[in-house]
Amino acid sequence: MTLPRIVAPALAAVAALALVPTLAPPYYANLMIPFFGYAIALLGFNLLFGQANLLSFGHAMFLGLGAYGAAVLSGVLGVRSFEVVLVVSALAAALVAVPIGVVCVRHTGIFFGMLTLAFGMLFYSFLFKFYHLTGGDSGMRVPRMTILGMEFARYNKIEFLAGPFYYYCLALLVLAALAMWRIVRSPFGLHLRAIGDNARKAEYLGVHVHRCRLAAFVISAAFGAAGGAILGFRVGLADPELVYWTQSGQLVFMTVLGGFSHFLGPVLGALAYILLQDQLQTLTQYWRFVLGAILAIIVIGFPAGLAGLADDVRRKIRRSAA
Amino acid sequence: MAAFANILVGGVFHAAVLFLAAAGLQLVFGVQKILNLACGSFYALGAYFGVTVVAYAAGLGLSPWLILPALILAGLALGVIGPPIERMLRSVYGRDESFQLLLTFALVLMFQDVFRFIWGANPRSLDTGYLVYGTINARDFSVPVYNLLVIAAAIGTAAGLGAFLQRTNFGRILRATAENRAMAEALGVDVRRVYAAVFTLGAALGTTAGALVVPTAAASLDMAIEFVIEAFAVVVIGGLGSMRGALVGALIVGLIRAYAIALYPEVEVLAIYVVVIAVLLLRPTGLFGRPIA
Repeated sequence: MTLPRIVAPALAAVAALALVPTLAPPYYANLMIPFFGYAIALLGFNLLFGQANLLSFGHAMFLGLGAYGAAVLSGVLGVRSFEVVLVVSALAAALVAVPIGVVCVRHTGIFFGMLTLAFGMLFYSFLFKFYHLTGGDSGMRVPRMTILGMEFARYNKIEFLAGPFYYYCLALLVLAALAMWRIVRSPFGLHLRAIGDNARKAEYLGVHVHRCRLAAFVISAAFGAAGGAILGFRVGLADPELVYWTQSGQLVFMTVLGGFSHFLGPVLGALAYILLQDQLQTLTQYWRFVLGAILAIIVIGFPAGLAGLADDVRRKIRRSAA
Repeated sequence: MAAFANILVGGVFHAAVLFLAAAGLQLVFGVQKILNLACGSFYALGAYFGVTVVAYAAGLGLSPWLILPALILAGLALGVIGPPIERMLRSVYGRDESFQLLLTFALVLMFQDVFRFIWGANPRSLDTGYLVYGTINARDFSVPVYNLLVIAAAIGTAAGLGAFLQRTNFGRILRATAENRAMAEALGVDVRRVYAAVFTLGAALGTTAGALVVPTAAASLDMAIEFVIEAFAVVVIGGLGSMRGALVGALIVGLIRAYAIALYPEVEVLAIYVVVIAVLLLRPTGLFGRPIA
């Protein structure tokens, strides 16, 4: 059995990421934490978008559920273990996603996008307006937790994030990617792809279209919440901005930037987005304009994203070598 | 009772502004099949530009009575942004909806920084009072005449758009293109020109709405992205692509918002989106929309 072509670049990427805390200043290791959060969430997001061809414009809702889940579990209920928080938030998000998904997956295209946007804004306005429950615009605190039962008390927050927590998140990303790889390659994943290509044909072939879409929606919600819990932990705060519709747009942006038709495209997109935003912010206060222009150029000229560009380059090299 | 009437007029005023922007959104969706996330940015652009134009006109010694026509002209003049943006959107016609949404999202991001660059990060409002037109008072009931004028302008626009679409030759061409692009093209319609015209008209409606609202509310950076949410609610409730839907949707959203703010402010946006979801569940095509094959 030959290994899939994705293995070598993926292993190289993991090795390179593992070196970041030792080679780069702590600033960069710290910067990468949101990358891990977004990458895990986008793996789930792309199950919907890349496989089932459903564009959610309210996916930030699930990141918010993860962050607020972490805030409630650790800040209010006093749970100290981050693993418990991760699992419980992901399960809670999956549970919330079931009724929402039942409603949304009956629609596709623009209507699916509108419905998810509507639910996202519903959740946002709940977080924003119900001050006594959610802290309103000041959000909820996410206290420091233990990872794998260890306190790491001698590290301050920055050292903790740039050291143990960094490797912890890297491991989580690898686990999430392996899990998603299994899902995408399973019969269920193939059903999803068939639905994404041609839902009616898939239905004639005996695929339970709504059931598969719903399962994908629920799985992507759980991944989103896990990513959101990491984001909340890093900032120490869950705030409603995380759920705003522009955040959902940003998730789509990252996915398209990396290339939604590649398994690791969204991960690459999250990395590129985080680094790009960081660099642009030091260069100019008008970084949003540059990001918007880049998005426009990608949509118009390079719809396959960075992963697609890499493919083109590789093909060209091979052709010139041959 | 008076409070009830005050809220009613406030809600209808908001609905009038919403209708103008939503009508632009509907035109563009109906003909070009593109749902424009940047409609809120057009709205904010109109508001900012309105502030600048009125301030400039006041500097020239323009009578404050002319504030309303000045704002309308400012809004309409901004239609010039229509053709270049339409040119950019051409690359995504007929492509997947997600790319169309993303391209207009890119516009939203870019406009945010254009506003920041030209007008700064702080909200901008008009110093010239729109109360120059006076207020109508009857016991507890009081409403600025300006608000009534804007409502009248929106009703006039609705009637004008209706007549334009139903009675004029170009209106017929436009509806034919919306109905069946390929057939219209085969019959000799210059579809490119129609698209450019429709997008320009849609953009001008959005910018005019923004210009008209600025005497009563400050122009701010959040305006663009907050307005999209309401405008989308309007078109989804009314039905994508339907003009009548824009009118009814705007009234529903405007009134819900006004009463929610007055009675139970926590549910302002919540109430609007509960209605949106209810409509999408019961009638996915909206109140006046036709099923999309």
